[in-house]
Amino acid sequence: MRMDGVGKVFAGGVTALSGMNLRVATGEFVSLLGPSGCGKSTALRLIAGLMQPTTGKVSWQGKHDSGDLGVVFQEPTLMPWATVEKNVWLPLRLRGESLPDARPRIAQALEMVGLGSFANAYPRELSGGMKMRVSIARALVTQPRLILMDEPFAALDEITRNKMNDDLLALRDRLGCTVIFVTHSVFESVYLSDRIVVMAPRPGRVAEELTVPAPRRDEEFRTSADYAAQCRAVSAALSRATGDA
Amino acid sequence: MTEALDTEETARLRRARAERIGRWLMPALTIVAALVIWDRIVVWNQIPHYILPGPGLVAQTLVKDWAILGPATWVTLKIAMMALSVAVIGGVGLAVIFSLSRWAEMSFYPFAVVLQVTPVVAIAPLIFIYVENRTVGLLLCAWIVAFFPILSNTSLGLRSVDRNLADLYHIYGASRWQRLIHLQLPSALPYFLGGLRIAGGLSLIGAVVAEYVAGTAGIGTGLAFRILEAGYRLNIPRMFAALALIAALGVLIFAVLSLISHLALRHWHESALKRES
Ligand SMILES: Nc1ncnc2c1ncn2[C@@H]1O[C@H](COP(=O)(O)OP(=O)(O)O)[C@@H](O)[C@H]1O
Ligand SMILES: [Mg+2]
Repeated sequence: MRMDGVGKVFAGGVTALSGMNLRVATGEFVSLLGPSGCGKSTALRLIAGLMQPTTGKVSWQGKHDSGDLGVVFQEPTLMPWATVEKNVWLPLRLRGESLPDARPRIAQALEMVGLGSFANAYPRELSGGMKMRVSIARALVTQPRLILMDEPFAALDEITRNKMNDDLLALRDRLGCTVIFVTHSVFESVYLSDRIVVMAPRPGRVAEELTVPAPRRDEEFRTSADYAAQCRAVSAALSRATGDA
Repeated sequence: MTEALDTEETARLRRARAERIGRWLMPALTIVAALVIWDRIVVWNQIPHYILPGPGLVAQTLVKDWAILGPATWVTLKIAMMALSVAVIGGVGLAVIFSLSRWAEMSFYPFAVVLQVTPVVAIAPLIFIYVENRTVGLLLCAWIVAFFPILSNTSLGLRSVDRNLADLYHIYGASRWQRLIHLQLPSALPYFLGGLRIAGGLSLIGAVVAEYVAGTAGIGTGLAFRILEAGYRLNIPRMFAALALIAALGVLIFAVLSLISHLALRHWHESALKRES
């Protein structure tokens, strides 16, 4: 996937993005990092095809259709009237698959996020972290090649968030999919990603790109001096990006 | 410490139980008190029954005249329910059409508003001039009163879809139809049910008002007609008995619709959830 000189001006005259270039290779885990209001969500919505860029274009290598894409928003965005199972069924249902046909894959997706026994629960019976997992299961059920995540764990407490980060890495190892992950947390981005795209606000654009070399991403990495150093480097890049705006 | 908590807990449970009982007991007590006061006023002031009958006499009349009032109740209930059904079909149908087409909404919404704001008593006489069949006329009047809350609530509900969910449907390539069936209609359900409860009461009002307007011209058999008829004969107890039946019908309709609403929403909507405090 590549974005070339993408700009987006909203109807009110707000320039959310200008001249954004981004390349994401297959299998990469890329984070978009930046303060709120710098156009991260806008960039993601452009990639998802939810809106069209004002300038530039978003292009894809190889074929690309709706089944290749999974999306997780900042809120779990579940249908409150449907059970967990039916929520996860949604992407398959919209393609015309019946529930009995889809059930094995739904069960598998729920198993992956550790909610195998909650298929018949309603969203309101779940905690915030569990709802987020359902949302992730729904994104995974089509086995997409690209997953877009917009600050999915921002509303969670730190303990749950760390756990979800580990789970996410494990899932991604198993599925081998590409992930574009939006966050405003330096620590989260360093822990998760192969590459961090630091964005600057007003107008939203790419300020810097940093690669994160890490042998293994686990508790040991999280507490290592290497991790701390990388976080410092990314923080510095972020304040440069915000400062020179 | 635990003891303090225990007493607090018992007090809380006791309060909860008292409230559960009170919810039924309090209205029952007030109704009984009102009936007693009514009865005493009639007895102590020796008010003749052709001016104000006591509750006992009204109850007697209810039983005595059941052969007349029973079928009349059935007729009124039937008209109200048929009107409500047509209002549901018309209201939801129009709301869906409006949500599918902005042009349809712009063109026809004003008509719906005009129908709504014009008092049905004013339209009814005209309706009975043009519509030969009395039942159809009654139905039409009751429908005019009942369909608007369903239309406007359902319209609101169809538009109140969560934006992120709508985006999700878009990403997964949902058709307009899929979006309507799987997303918009369930989102609109709580709004629709709220409108339905209002419409239930209105359909009864519409049926009764229409019957008054239709008057004795046709072969009237509903409760409103019985009230008119009893009024001409100065049969005041029967007027009260019929009135009580209309009120009971209204309460019954409301209760049934509330139950339906609760059953439909109990798993997911805030309004139907029991709070565990
Ligand atoms: N639909 C919209 N209409 C107008 N302005 C918008 C819209 N969405 C976002 N914006 C503006 O675009 C800018 C970037 O927003 P967003 O992409 O949501 O930032 P982020 O996700 O990084 O916090 C903000 O200034 C915001 O006010
Ligand atoms: Mg955002």
